[in-house]
Amino acid sequence: MQSKGICMTCRSAICRGALLAAFLLSFADNALAHKASDSYLTLRVVGPEVTGQWDIALRDMDLAVGLDADEDGAITWGEVRNRHAEVAAYAFAHLALAADGNPCPAAVTDHLIDHHSDGAYAVLRFTAHCPRVPASLDVTYRLLFDLDPQHRGLLQLDYAGRVRTAIFSAESPAQSLILAEPNWLRQFAEYLNYGAWHIWTGFDHILFLLSLLLPAVLVRTGVAWQPATGFRATLLDVLKVVTAFTIAHSITVTLVALNVISLPSRLVESAIAVSVVLAALNNIYPLVSERRWILAFAFGLIHGFGFASVLVDLGLPRAALLSALVAFNLGVELGQLSIVALFLPFAWRLRRSWVYRRVTVYGGSAAVATLALAWLIERALDLRLMS
Amino acid sequence: MRRHLLLICWCLALAEPTAAAPFVPVDDAQVLERLPFRPTDPTVRELRLLHAQLILQPDNQMLAVAVARRYVELGRVTGDPRYAGYAQAALGPWWHLAEPPRDVLLLRATLHQRVHQFDFALKDLALALARNPRDAQARLTRATVLQVRGEYEAARQDCEALKGLTQPLIALTCLTGVNASSGKLRDSYRTLREALAHHPEAEPSIQAWMLAGLAEMAARAGFAHNAEQHFKAALAVDPADQYLVAAYADFLLHSGRAREAQELVKMHTRADGLLLRYALALKAQGSTSTPEVVEELRARFDASRLRGDRVHLREEARYELHLDADPRTALELAKNNWAVQKEPADARILLESALAANDFVAVRSLQAWLAESHLEDVQLTHLLETMHPGG
Repeated sequence: MQSKGICMTCRSAICRGALLAAFLLSFADNALAHKASDSYLTLRVVGPEVTGQWDIALRDMDLAVGLDADEDGAITWGEVRNRHAEVAAYAFAHLALAADGNPCPAAVTDHLIDHHSDGAYAVLRFTAHCPRVPASLDVTYRLLFDLDPQHRGLLQLDYAGRVRTAIFSAESPAQSLILAEPNWLRQFAEYLNYGAWHIWTGFDHILFLLSLLLPAVLVRTGVAWQPATGFRATLLDVLKVVTAFTIAHSITVTLVALNVISLPSRLVESAIAVSVVLAALNNIYPLVSERRWILAFAFGLIHGFGFASVLVDLGLPRAALLSALVAFNLGVELGQLSIVALFLPFAWRLRRSWVYRRVTVYGGSAAVATLALAWLIERALDLRLMS
Repeated sequence: MRRHLLLICWCLALAEPTAAAPFVPVDDAQVLERLPFRPTDPTVRELRLLHAQLILQPDNQMLAVAVARRYVELGRVTGDPRYAGYAQAALGPWWHLAEPPRDVLLLRATLHQRVHQFDFALKDLALALARNPRDAQARLTRATVLQVRGEYEAARQDCEALKGLTQPLIALTCLTGVNASSGKLRDSYRTLREALAHHPEAEPSIQAWMLAGLAEMAARAGFAHNAEQHFKAALAVDPADQYLVAAYADFLLHSGRAREAQELVKMHTRADGLLLRYALALKAQGSTSTPEVVEELRARFDASRLRGDRVHLREEARYELHLDADPRTALELAKNNWAVQKEPADARILLESALAANDFVAVRSLQAWLAESHLEDVQLTHLLETMHPGG
């Protein structure tokens, strides 16, 4: 009879029943949720004109203005149609648009119906006229917050070919959306920078490239490396390697960024390590000495998967997808060229020395191969060998 | 190369948002939407009456609490989150107070729990218990939240503290629930079963609670026959309880009884969690309508992601693993979910997706957790055995 003690403050039967049930509220009762209440507001701004579409669940509108006139639990088109004026009045009493603080009065142009994943929605199409072309659009959204504070308004704003989103909640009902033109040049520069920076911070990419470039200032005669004689031929060799690598990884970066293909990152990282091992070993036991650009191309495809993972993490602007992709790939290329620019003069000057031909090429390659082998073991087996 | 270009163009076309197609219905009599309750339903009529009174006197705390409790309960039974919002609205004048009255505090904790904001819930419950350590309802709610988070020792203390504060059966059900998840599954099951047998006079809601607990314990212990009986008995008390329906559907699915699972949930597919079970049941039977239902489920998850909800992680992980064949995404979701809650079902989906994604680091860390918590579950055991055949 202890439970009565808890219930002392309750006088009505309703309250008593509810309290008992309250014990059961503690069940993990949360995982089954239906969709919560959302409305979908789309705004397109062209000059001083805002055209919009607002999808509001019929259930929510029924709560707010009452739609089920005959109280049979079913909302018919006739019932909705009879209440169009009330629906529009209620909705636009809870939405205000303004251009830099000057109100943009809205008027409903069409009433339609649409089905979303959780049921039928009233669709209100409207236009709003602003007194001036807005530099920023102020949206104040208060629909249903007094009845259901967990309601959300999901906004899609379409301006100058760019779509962005915002969420309105009881906690943030007013937002000011700045409409200044997106600076595509700046965006381009940003992605260019990402690409270049990624090459410089990606140690495995640098080592792969260097392994392929080490013998560029040499020629293979018999079983030994001899210094190359013509700088033109050397430069051409370097360019071929770098360009083949770039073309190859651009292809995979693009395909991954567009969701055409994807590979598990562990496989990609392991394959990159394999590529470094093979490229380094190729300097010691050359299988391919003349056409190393083929190696660069084949493995470039794999390195592209690695680059793409960075790009995917960054996210791509939808409106400027292509320019961002081009900028990123170009950035990677610039990063590589800067590595070449640092490497080539040294290598060219030192190419005749015994140190370069024996220690740098053989020793360096062996060291790279060992390091990459350790990476391979770490990545493939998910171990930590090095700190 | 041309082929690649074609692919790229095709993908760009797909990346465009698909245009919705609003329409103007032609027939006035066309039914567009069915409300969850008829306005003439006695529950709703009574609630509306109360609500109407509340609108006239929004500062009447007792009325507000009564309305909010009604909505919270309706939300629990239907699984419909809108009712949580209505409850919150009823509590509006007190909702943002740092130290609201006790009843508001408890309801706020329950609503926070429901959207998995366990930290907020625990804060409110700690406040209620600081004011009155003998507050049985606060104790019980906190025990449940702690258990969901896998904090069994703390949960056990709260259940122990319930003794003498409320009906012995409530304290016992609380305690056996925690013990069953921390090393004493079979003992707890027997204790709870005997208690139920000795108290046929217990209120139906408490009996249903005990039966639900028994059903889950029996299922986890591998007592399939008993689990079946308990589920049926619990559902006989409250056939619309969506949490029970989901648990029973999972049991049926796991027992290879997809057809029955489908029948069980087919009337409840408005709830995302039950639509998931429906889709799983269809898929298990190789039904041709599977893709359609899977598509609808995907739309629901997309919609809830749009609003920034993180409540569906467990269900979404199951969807990714079993219906979208994407173990990596499933694992990521299951890990995020595990960071929030640690019920047996959360452990199951984490283990399943870690195994499917070959992430043995995740498997090992879950194994370590299981060893430490002594959580027993035949499904988990079975999954781990598939990893080490014969081991």
